[in-house]
Amino acid sequence: MSGPNTDYDPVEVTPLKAAEVERMRDDALGAIAAASDLDELKKVRLDHAGDRSPLALANREIGALPPQARKDAGARVGQARGAINQALAARTVVLEEEHESRMLVEEAVDVTLPTGRRARGARHPITTFSERLADVFLAMGWEVAEGPWVEAEWLNFDALNMGADHPARTMQDTFWLEPAEAALVLRTHTSPVQARTMLTQEPPIYVVCPGRVYRTDEVDATHSPVFHQIEGLVVDKGITMAHLKGTLDHMTTALFGEGITTRFRPSYFPFTEPSAEMDMVCFVCRGVDADVCRTCRGEGWIELGGCGVVNPRVLTACGIDPEVYSGIAFGFGIDRMLMFRHNVSDLRDVFEGDVRFASAFGTEI
Amino acid sequence: MKAPLSWIREYVDLPADVTLDALTDRLTMLGLKLEAITNPADAITGPLVVGRVLSLEKEPQKNGKTINWCTVDVAAANGTGEPQGIVCGAHNFVEGDLVVVCLPGAVLPGNFEISARKTYGHLSAGMICSAAELGLGTDHEGIIVLPADAGAPGDDAFDVLGMEDPVIEFEINPDRAYALSLRGIAREAALGLGLPFADPADRKTPAADDRGHPVVVDDAAGCPVFVARTVSGFDPTAPTPAWMATRLEQAGMRPISLGVDISNYVMLELGQPNHCYDKAKLAGPIRVRRAAAGEKIATLDGVIRTLSESDLLIADDDGPIGIAGVMGGETTELSDTSTGIVVEAAHFDPVTVFRAGKRHRLHSEASKRFERGVDPLLPQAAADRVVELLVEHGGATADLGVTVVGTPPAPVSITIAAGLPARVSGIDIGTDTTVEHLRAVGCGVSVEGDTLTAVVPSWRPDLTDPYDLVEEVVRIVGYDQVPSVLPQAPAGRGRTDEQKLRRRVGLALAGAGLVETISYPFVGEDDWARLGLPADDDRRTALRVVNPLNNEEPLLATTLLPGLLKALARNVGRGNVDAALFETSLVFVPTGDEQAPILGVDRRPTDEEWASIDKAVPSQPWHLAIALTGHAEVAGWWGEGRSASWSDAIGTIRTLGAELGVDVDVVATTRAPWHPGRCAEIRVGERVLGHAGELHPRVCKAYGVAPRTAVAEVDLDALLEHATSIVTGPQFSSYPVAKEDVALVVDASVPAAAVEAALREGAGELLESIRLFDVYTGDQIGDGRKSLAYALRFRAADRTLKEGEAAAARDAAVTLAAVRTGAVQR
Repeated sequence: MSGPNTDYDPVEVTPLKAAEVERMRDDALGAIAAASDLDELKKVRLDHAGDRSPLALANREIGALPPQARKDAGARVGQARGAINQALAARTVVLEEEHESRMLVEEAVDVTLPTGRRARGARHPITTFSERLADVFLAMGWEVAEGPWVEAEWLNFDALNMGADHPARTMQDTFWLEPAEAALVLRTHTSPVQARTMLTQEPPIYVVCPGRVYRTDEVDATHSPVFHQIEGLVVDKGITMAHLKGTLDHMTTALFGEGITTRFRPSYFPFTEPSAEMDMVCFVCRGVDADVCRTCRGEGWIELGGCGVVNPRVLTACGIDPEVYSGIAFGFGIDRMLMFRHNVSDLRDVFEGDVRFASAFGTEI
Repeated sequence: MKAPLSWIREYVDLPADVTLDALTDRLTMLGLKLEAITNPADAITGPLVVGRVLSLEKEPQKNGKTINWCTVDVAAANGTGEPQGIVCGAHNFVEGDLVVVCLPGAVLPGNFEISARKTYGHLSAGMICSAAELGLGTDHEGIIVLPADAGAPGDDAFDVLGMEDPVIEFEINPDRAYALSLRGIAREAALGLGLPFADPADRKTPAADDRGHPVVVDDAAGCPVFVARTVSGFDPTAPTPAWMATRLEQAGMRPISLGVDISNYVMLELGQPNHCYDKAKLAGPIRVRRAAAGEKIATLDGVIRTLSESDLLIADDDGPIGIAGVMGGETTELSDTSTGIVVEAAHFDPVTVFRAGKRHRLHSEASKRFERGVDPLLPQAAADRVVELLVEHGGATADLGVTVVGTPPAPVSITIAAGLPARVSGIDIGTDTTVEHLRAVGCGVSVEGDTLTAVVPSWRPDLTDPYDLVEEVVRIVGYDQVPSVLPQAPAGRGRTDEQKLRRRVGLALAGAGLVETISYPFVGEDDWARLGLPADDDRRTALRVVNPLNNEEPLLATTLLPGLLKALARNVGRGNVDAALFETSLVFVPTGDEQAPILGVDRRPTDEEWASIDKAVPSQPWHLAIALTGHAEVAGWWGEGRSASWSDAIGTIRTLGAELGVDVDVVATTRAPWHPGRCAEIRVGERVLGHAGELHPRVCKAYGVAPRTAVAEVDLDALLEHATSIVTGPQFSSYPVAKEDVALVVDASVPAAAVEAALREGAGELLESIRLFDVYTGDQIGDGRKSLAYALRFRAADRTLKEGEAAAARDAAVTLAAVRTGAVQR
């Protein structure tokens, strides 16, 4: 390096000559253009734009020039370095793009490889279907009531107008608990929940009671000693069979689509009077070409369950004045409805716990 | 109840334009639901004729069988008038018998074509038919031998067998006992179609006198009416007329002998059960009384039954001769020598009959009718009808003397508001309509202003309440007339918190990869042994079912594990070797106070009575159980799989706790059925909610599930009690985090949870989180020691931590861990 130009004599500094600066610049630009990847460019940057690059060294000589020459030389070097930096930046962009493109190609994978490391879980379709049924009623402002599975005989039978000598008791084959004097049963229907609700709440009452029930049926494709019912109960002023029909029509429509309504046939249950069997329009054939329909077996209708006007005797036993209030009630099997809505052919699938069964339904139904 | 159409027609003149479908549709909508229509003729195409067996040669065969080579006169039915040669394998007929012959060209049920074919060395041109072959029942024991008066050779056998007569089977609800008779069904048909009804019970009967068979009724409440009639000179060998036998079979009863058949026929016709005694075998008067304890009777089904004091008996001087309304006894049964017959037609108390049937597990056609309610005015008409048929078909003479003991109960009157049917049904039903329909069902109706008084007909003992009359009116108006109106419930609150939480539990577990199952709650003592429960384990105290389906499983589950492990084993057995199950269900915990009262029903129970019911019902908390086996993560192109372990079981419960906002603590413990070294007690504070870990190897074997199966069971109700109902929104710092790692060596017996708790407490409030990221045991730290490596994150809520603050907090943490657990920093 030359010493400071203290005497203000013009000194010849070779590296700062215009031609020399241009050569250094052109060398650099050539090297930048020639760099074929980011690593090479990094070296070019060090060689031609780094602290020890010719132009950086030349820059340091500017001080050696007489003051009047410094401006020109400074501008010359500055322009050259600017051009180099621009070229470096431009080349970096190009090379980075090239690099990225290549990387993306190289990193391609087989996206068709299997992904299932963990099995998917599921809730039981009886659980989710019970919820779906209840949702229809919750949306109308009803509430969901529940009760115990081992129940007092009085609540399961007597309070529902089925005294000890009522022939209808033999219609429901009952699991009795020991000792017989304990007067306890595994509930044969969810109706005791209705009785409990009436005994603990003031009307108006609008509840559905989904839940598990028990009867001494041997297991086969359509029977199980454990199954599920949902019952509904309304106790309010001025309630009639028309409200029963309206409620059930709404329910079947909500679950099976427009036009799927119900019909009533006279029937008998001790806890309702008048009583009816309810059928719904077959949601598969809608009564058209019913002869070939496998869902309704040619009926055009699907049997749902029983319903009726709450027998005033039941209201009385549960402390509700039948002169002031009237009630409607209905009940049907959840398992059975699940079976025909989802084409499940064997009830045993519901209770055997095979993971393939519930997994097919997922977490909602 | 099976009703041949021809029989219905006897009492109601059905117009020709009323189709079978129209009739059954109308009856279904009236409450007599159509079950099935059978018309055997539909399954057969012709020629089916009456034939007379002219000759019969028995020909033993090499295969050991003997066949009959018969010639049968079928008159001109075969086109030639020559006798038809037929091979027949049955042996219940002789030359001269009238039989049913199926000629070549006919097709029998099952698409069975009959042709002339060579067999056993003869050309057999047709078939002599059994009832089963014609689809008339299951009686394969022999061919049909027709009564001698059934017809002549060549007659169309369809008519003779009543095969052109459709039989309608109705489902009869228990309140409509009157429809367990042709009288009742025809009455409904007439009602439904607006036609006149000819009541078969409407007959003139001879007046009661004191010359009949003596009858003493000791229990007028149990037997309000007893009618006895007698006949003599009955021919016990007289055959049952073909038409009667056919009708009995159509109605599903088997013809037995003329006397018995007449009794059954009248029961079907009128609905009045009745009984014929062999008069010669009766000793002294008939007495209706309660049984003495220990008295015995051999009933007609061949069973000797021990009677109790509440059984109502028909007895004579020698002892019981029948259980009233249920079944007669063997000693006075009609036989092939009976010539004098005492006919009983009585009315019995439904409850008495019901209880007797229940006590003796004996249910007959008679008891089915009596316990549901028979018309109390029927006995005289029914007895008279039986006598008439015995005289007509059995050559008997009706004896003078008509015994009638007791009087039928007075008819019931019901008062109802005229507007009640409209108010209950929501259909606009006027007073005139109500009166008209009540009269149509047989009520005598008087109108006084807005009040109607209906006198209930004797055949409808089911009508007792105003609402019963409403149902009668509405079913005739038509249930299809009920409008559809949605009731307006008050605004609701949706599911309860507990219901929402249970749903959340299910969703969280399904989200964690578990599949929900539903198991039966039935378990047995064997399960306690399989689970290895100690003798004094609370779970062994279980409720017992009196009448279990399976005698090995009479108990109600106190734990969900048996059901879940059986489901798991089933899955593994079916090849679902990687299975993660969960179940939420009630368990049954006896309280020792199981003694539920039977309260009255004429009013609401008092608070004390209600409390006594509540107390008697066993505690039934919701439990949650999980069971894991096989892989939690399967092996694949990504590398090794991971087996489900004790840690997954505990982790699942922890995850659930986090989901519910419950601070769950885990403490090592021992409890069956878990592996003693791999069992965690799940706690909230001091309260134990359940257990999780690896199943004891012996339990795995006992239930046939894979070794290392992991299970957990918690009291879900208790867990939900601690759930956070309203989550407080978190306050989190946006200042930088400072990370510090620390490795501590402790004795192998020190629980990681204790070390972590000490670190947390020692680190103070700057500690944001702590994570155990490595556990090391080995040479570098010596036997009986383990190294626990923790990543600690520190952060202040309000500032950037100063140099050294995090390190100081870490040191404080390590110091406390050292004091509490003897930890040494590595």
